[in-house]
Amino acid sequence: MHKTTLEKANSAESMFSVSALNVKNKKTQKLYSVLFLMMTLLLILPVLVILGTLIVKGGSMISIDFLFTDPVNGMTEGGVFPALLGTVWLVSLALLVSVPLGIAAAIYLSEYASDNWFTRIINLAIINLAGVPSIVHALFGLGAFVMFFGFGTSILAASLTLAIMTLPVVIVSTRESLQAVPHAFREACWNMGATRWQTIRRVVLPNAVSGILTGVILEVSRTTGETAPIMFTGAAFFLPFLPQGIFDQTMALSLHLFVVSTQVPNVPEALPYAVALVLIGMVLLMNSVSIALRMYLRGQKKW
Amino acid sequence: MVEKTVVDTEFDRVVKAQKCKIEVNDLTISYAGKAALSDVSLKIYENEIFGIIGPANAGKTSFLKSLNLMNTFDANMKVEGDIRFNNRDIHQLRNVYALRSRIGVVFPLPVGLPLTIYENVALSPRLRGIKDKTSLDQIVERCLQRAALWDEVKDRLNSLGSLLSGGQQQRLTIARALSQEPEVLMLDEFSIAVDPVTTMRIEDVLKELKHEMTIILVTNLVQQAHRLADRTAFFLDGKCIEIGDTEALFNGEVKDPLTLDYIEGRFG
Ligand SMILES: Nc1ncnc2c1ncn2[C@@H]1O[C@H](COP(=O)(O)OP(=O)(O)OP(=O)(O)O)[C@@H](O)[C@H]1O
Ligand SMILES: [Mg+2]
Repeated sequence: MHKTTLEKANSAESMFSVSALNVKNKKTQKLYSVLFLMMTLLLILPVLVILGTLIVKGGSMISIDFLFTDPVNGMTEGGVFPALLGTVWLVSLALLVSVPLGIAAAIYLSEYASDNWFTRIINLAIINLAGVPSIVHALFGLGAFVMFFGFGTSILAASLTLAIMTLPVVIVSTRESLQAVPHAFREACWNMGATRWQTIRRVVLPNAVSGILTGVILEVSRTTGETAPIMFTGAAFFLPFLPQGIFDQTMALSLHLFVVSTQVPNVPEALPYAVALVLIGMVLLMNSVSIALRMYLRGQKKW
Repeated sequence: MVEKTVVDTEFDRVVKAQKCKIEVNDLTISYAGKAALSDVSLKIYENEIFGIIGPANAGKTSFLKSLNLMNTFDANMKVEGDIRFNNRDIHQLRNVYALRSRIGVVFPLPVGLPLTIYENVALSPRLRGIKDKTSLDQIVERCLQRAALWDEVKDRLNSLGSLLSGGQQQRLTIARALSQEPEVLMLDEFSIAVDPVTTMRIEDVLKELKHEMTIILVTNLVQQAHRLADRTAFFLDGKCIEIGDTEALFNGEVKDPLTLDYIEGRFG
């Protein structure tokens, strides 16, 4: 009895004193936090170096004119307008196809499908599709859209190839956003006699839409940089005119970068850097929109 | 909505002929092969409060779930036996949604949907096709009043229901169940997250409500069953040990001494 009171007094006292062990723990703690901070800094180093190099070497060429004029003189001078426009065309058309399809598939998989062998095979297929290298997608697009469906090398064929490529990622990210909505909400709705679709429309989708949007925008930024899939299917080396419709070929930023840095003689040193800067600028812009959206929506937590 | 009216008339015809609201025969419920409730047969009459008491693991929640066909949400859950709602076998229903919309449920853990308080209560009327703003306003106010929540939220009907306190969310859940204008209201330990004063207020409301609907009240508080229930069933380890008039049971007129032991708190 006496002893336990004493121990209690001791332990109460220990909150206000510092033992050797405490000091050591504190030091280790500090050491690790610094170590991890260093690793994090190391991680952003490449980003800074890349951006820095591009800005130093190509920044001087960037201007409104550069963005909105055609390349001239065997692509050694002028701007990147057709390539910029082409990339916008390709990416938008690709998303127009992959986003509705992907979201529909994700809703089916997350909200309707029961867990059976069929669903498992579909999931497996999606995971594998996401892992297929882009050059394989390129060859598939060439075989399927350019040749089999007879679209020729065109914006349509290239966009569809990109769409197939982005589809699994759209599905996975959408499904994750849907699953992030707690199951209890669905059951509460079903218990009121709501059908699956009523539940999805009124409760699940409105609360998943932020995540879905973020995923889609990130996907845009990834698609923007793809080169291989469009090279065989619709993107051209150089075109003296702008595409008039989806059956025309188009230039694209990513391919243009490849071309001016490896294929064209007598290119001024700054040009490839400037093209790369435009490309990265586009991607960063999309990413910032996505991050801003995420931050905005995180501030609106609903449960 | 068209389907619903068809079922309506059929149901209504049967209701008039019979006073028995829910009847189960040889009801057996199992999860992944493990029995949670076995061979329960009982009747629940219209406009009564039917209490179910029993210790944890007795199968009370499972019983409620089966009445509402919630086993369709859980591939593990198997329900065997007869369940009759308004004298008709619910396993032969073509329109599960109509059945569920006639049964309001309140589970122990409150679920405020991530909608505004107003929309939480207006959702079920909207699903039934009510669009008129004044009707919706009326329903929302009446249901929140009855669930003893109106005074606390009437000035912020447009804030999120999922961010209310636990006890408030529970009352919101009750309001939502009432907004279904159900024929049967199932309450599973509704007072777990609600303070004693509010519990009393809700209990008073339940006494009123039984003139309009049938209430099944699962409770851990035997005294709550005593205060409210007309008849009470005692469940133990997946079996229905006894069903009887509440007053009689609490006066010690039991067939199985276990019931009295439980009522008087001698085990559990
Ligand atoms: N979703 C489920 N999956 C698997 N087993 C379950 C599930 N729900 C309940 N059970 C099992 O069924 C049995 C009865 O559970 P039930 O929830 O019906 O009891 P209860 O009487 O409501 O208990 P309590 O008073 O603690 O709420 C328990 O053994 C439980 O483990
Ligand atoms: Mg329970």
